[in-house]
Amino acid sequence: MELVLSLAIGVLTASGVYLVLRPRTFQVIIGLSLISYGVNLFIFSMGRLRVGAAPILDRTDTDPASYADPVPQALVLTAIVIGFAMTALFLVVLLAARGFTGTDHVDGRD
Amino acid sequence: MLSSLILIIIVAAPFVTALVAASFPANARNAEAWLSGFLTLGLLALTIAFYPQIANGGVVRHQVEWLPSLGLNLVFRLDGFAWLFCILITGIGFLVVLYTRYYMSPKDPVPRFFAFLLAFMGAMLGLVTAGNVIQLAIFWELTSVISFLLIGYWYHRGDARDGARMALIVTASGGLALFVGLLVIGYIVGSYDLDVILASGDLIRNHDLYNVALILMLCGAMTKSAQFPFQFWLPHAMAAPTPVSAYLHSATMVKAGVFLLVRFWPVMSGTDAWFWIVTFAGLLTLMIGAYAALFQRDLKGLLAYSTISHLGLITTLLGMSTPLALVAAIFHIANHATFKASLFMAAGIIDHETGTRDIRRLSGLYRFMPFTATLALIASAAMAGVPLLNGFLSKEMFFTETAEFDPNMFVNLALPIGATIAGMFSVAYSLRFVHGVFFGPPPEKLDRVPHEPPALMRRPIELLVLICLAVGIIPGITIGPYLAAAVVSILGDEAPYYSLSVWHGFNLPLIMSIVALVGGGLLYMAFYRYLNSNRDSTPLLHRFRGQRIFEKVLVTVTWRWARTLIGVFGTRRLQPQLLIIFALAIVTGALPLWNRIGTLAVPITAFDPVFAMTWLVGGACALAAAYQAKFHRFAAMILLGGAGLVTCMTFVWFSAPDLALTQLVVEIATTVLILLGLRWLPQRQPTPTMDAAGVRDRVRRYRDMIVAAAAGLGLALVSYLVMTRPAVDGISNFFVEHAYSQGGGTNVVNVMLVDFRAFDTFGEIAVLGVVALTVFSLLRRFRPASESIGKPQQQLVQNAFDKDRPERNPGDTIAAYLLVPSQIMQWLFPVIIVVAIYLFMRGHDLPGGGFVGGLTLSIAFILQYMAGGTRWVEDRLRILPVIWIGSGLAIALLTGAGSWLFGYPFLTTHFQYADIPLIGRIPLATALLFDLGVFLLVVGSTVLILIALAHQSIRSPRASRGVRRKPATAASVTSTEKAS
Repeated sequence: MELVLSLAIGVLTASGVYLVLRPRTFQVIIGLSLISYGVNLFIFSMGRLRVGAAPILDRTDTDPASYADPVPQALVLTAIVIGFAMTALFLVVLLAARGFTGTDHVDGRD
Repeated sequence: MLSSLILIIIVAAPFVTALVAASFPANARNAEAWLSGFLTLGLLALTIAFYPQIANGGVVRHQVEWLPSLGLNLVFRLDGFAWLFCILITGIGFLVVLYTRYYMSPKDPVPRFFAFLLAFMGAMLGLVTAGNVIQLAIFWELTSVISFLLIGYWYHRGDARDGARMALIVTASGGLALFVGLLVIGYIVGSYDLDVILASGDLIRNHDLYNVALILMLCGAMTKSAQFPFQFWLPHAMAAPTPVSAYLHSATMVKAGVFLLVRFWPVMSGTDAWFWIVTFAGLLTLMIGAYAALFQRDLKGLLAYSTISHLGLITTLLGMSTPLALVAAIFHIANHATFKASLFMAAGIIDHETGTRDIRRLSGLYRFMPFTATLALIASAAMAGVPLLNGFLSKEMFFTETAEFDPNMFVNLALPIGATIAGMFSVAYSLRFVHGVFFGPPPEKLDRVPHEPPALMRRPIELLVLICLAVGIIPGITIGPYLAAAVVSILGDEAPYYSLSVWHGFNLPLIMSIVALVGGGLLYMAFYRYLNSNRDSTPLLHRFRGQRIFEKVLVTVTWRWARTLIGVFGTRRLQPQLLIIFALAIVTGALPLWNRIGTLAVPITAFDPVFAMTWLVGGACALAAAYQAKFHRFAAMILLGGAGLVTCMTFVWFSAPDLALTQLVVEIATTVLILLGLRWLPQRQPTPTMDAAGVRDRVRRYRDMIVAAAAGLGLALVSYLVMTRPAVDGISNFFVEHAYSQGGGTNVVNVMLVDFRAFDTFGEIAVLGVVALTVFSLLRRFRPASESIGKPQQQLVQNAFDKDRPERNPGDTIAAYLLVPSQIMQWLFPVIIVVAIYLFMRGHDLPGGGFVGGLTLSIAFILQYMAGGTRWVEDRLRILPVIWIGSGLAIALLTGAGSWLFGYPFLTTHFQYADIPLIGRIPLATALLFDLGVFLLVVGSTVLILIALAHQSIRSPRASRGVRRKPATAASVTSTEKAS
């Protein structure tokens, strides 16, 4: 499973990086979203993979070994929400730039 | 303790008063003068009151903890020498304030001037009382910066701007060198405390780094005190208002350099390097300054070069490294401050009354302003070193020191001869100052008839000249004890015996003085014709202009080199920059991996074909999105959502229910968001020319693919390597072990977010709110692309269909399309609200929480917009997202601040469980209140972003260019709707 997930992270990141290097603003926004999936999964995977061990405590058992690592999860949770905000901001800037410059090239001119 | 606290007040009061002064109205000359006058007099009185404590080598110290972990403390330290400087700074400061009141014209914005002047006074007081060398360096740079502001006070004048900039660059660079030098000294000694440093002279002088520290420190001292080869900035700083020149460029700031040399004299002097560098830089400055001063036609220029020369004299004395020379140096610092400040003020009065400072245009002013003339005459005599004035005494001491026998023949000759020649020139330029301005025929080319200035404007000069006379005639009574206190504070037990009497008998120094006086008179006569001709340059020296070298260096560094660098590395295009960033990230990420991968370990968790299949789909979605994003944006968006859903499933699979929930609702919100945005992006059609992409484009694409593949491969490799290694003990255990016992919740992730790491969460929700407001305000002035202003293609087709059929109204088709979904969405509204509240409430114990709940609730609102349209919803429902954002942030903040009331740090939580009828046992922690803030803010932000974008469709769209701006009123909206 580690192999599958790391390949998945690689594919998400590679698609995202390729798009971020493209000249059209919409490509960049999709690329950034893909990169953030990849990076979120990457950070999440730093806590190692555990199946069926969600960090919801059983009140009698507080042994850390019984649960998945909660720290990367807490980091990724806010990252997801901030990622949404970033997409929104970038989308609005994109729209404004399209109206302002008349082109959707990242440099504002073809 | 109390008295040492007053030291802080002395340093801080000028800064505080500067703020007050800055707030006065622009023409409040009198109020400013009263305020500043009271402050300076008060400070002077406070300083005088310290005298008994420092009189016999005592030191007043006050220490404030600053960065104790680094061993850094703020130390304010007053000894005899610092006390003498404080007297100069506050005393002359008071006189300058009085003088400024009459000097400034009513048109000048005086609050700025007084504020800077007072702030400068504070910086200077801080500099001389600093007991920590880092503190000293900070105040040092502060004086540079404020002097820049003061020199550039009349910033509409080009010469003021240039002079200010030059002074700043020279003195601040020197200050930087000084800072490094002081750090080196601190490193040698192991402490930055001045008292510790002053006690480690032998350690410093014998250390390998002594020369480095010395050179760096001298760079600072010699730039500040305008010593050769850095002397060129001071004449250009004369563009400053005259009170600034009188204060900064005679009495205080330029003395900071020699102050530093005296301060570190006990630990740095006495070596060969010190002797040769300091003595001869000083001697050269002394001679060049005196020589150049004679040929200035500007009164203030003459005084500036004279100042340079006198500072050179002090530096020479310090270089000689004998205790007697040090006494002479300190004595001359005080003497020079008094006569030079009064001369600057006199020059200002002449400028004020005649409108010019050109010596050749001035003459015979004695008959118009006899008082001022007499005062200037006495002060110039002090400058020339005429007996019975203070300048004579210190100059005699200087001559005595230079005439001391030195085993080195060169030194033995160079010092006394150089000193005598410089003395001759200083007599000559003093003569020129007096004779050229006050004697001779009445001036012809003046615009107005000069007369005496207001009496109060003359008072400061009178007082200073009185001091010159008093010190010159009865030095033992007037300056003796204070000089002794200053000398003892530097030399301690080694303070030498010296005599301050006027008459020492007929000896070599007296002969040197007589030669200088007679020779100076002859020199003036010899050059008289040349000086009054129209030639405007200093003979021999006009080729060597420091200013020109300075400007050449400046242009080379800030223009040519900068341009070259930009030419090589700069670009206005985003793509190459991003490419460089990614390439660098890949390289720096690969370097530590090199040779360290070893054998790849076997996966830990068992392979599951179902999971592999989902990622087959997810990966395909990602790749397809990358392929389609250029022309098929809608498809790309759907594919992006596909990849997101698979990510979400991964979170479920690997025990992260909170993440899965959040990812799911964020997916929905993102999809709605991009859908709303797509409306305003004109479609891109692949054209035949585009299909036939050139070779260059294809090469670029392959190159990007390689970079992307490298990035993906790298990240995949790193994550595999980490995942297959056993976890290290981090901070995670703490959270799992204490989530319930200390946070009162069983959902560890949520407890971390709202309790352990609540401060981070607070920052994050603040960011979210800021982004939402930014999106909102960006959209208020939104101008869509001209191609997308009209209704979308699909809507046009539907409306045309409706129009063709008489039984249908426009908009029926779309309403029919959405009939079933919109009914469902409307019915779901209360259900989703309940779900949102449920998710929020259970968050502390089970998956859920403020983020998920908030996003869910905002989806409930958005669904209503989709079901009924913007108008339909807003007729029935008033959503005020900004209020939600504000109250969310306020609740989170108040919850955090509430713990202060109980004496706990910010955001400490309290919790207990409560039994509520029907609902059961629920956790009630203050963290829940904090989570409520998160919840409200997330709702507000998400709804604000989406609604702001949705609203664009019902605003009357305007093209981006060539259309006059008009506020979108309700009336205009309806009228355009009707028209369409």
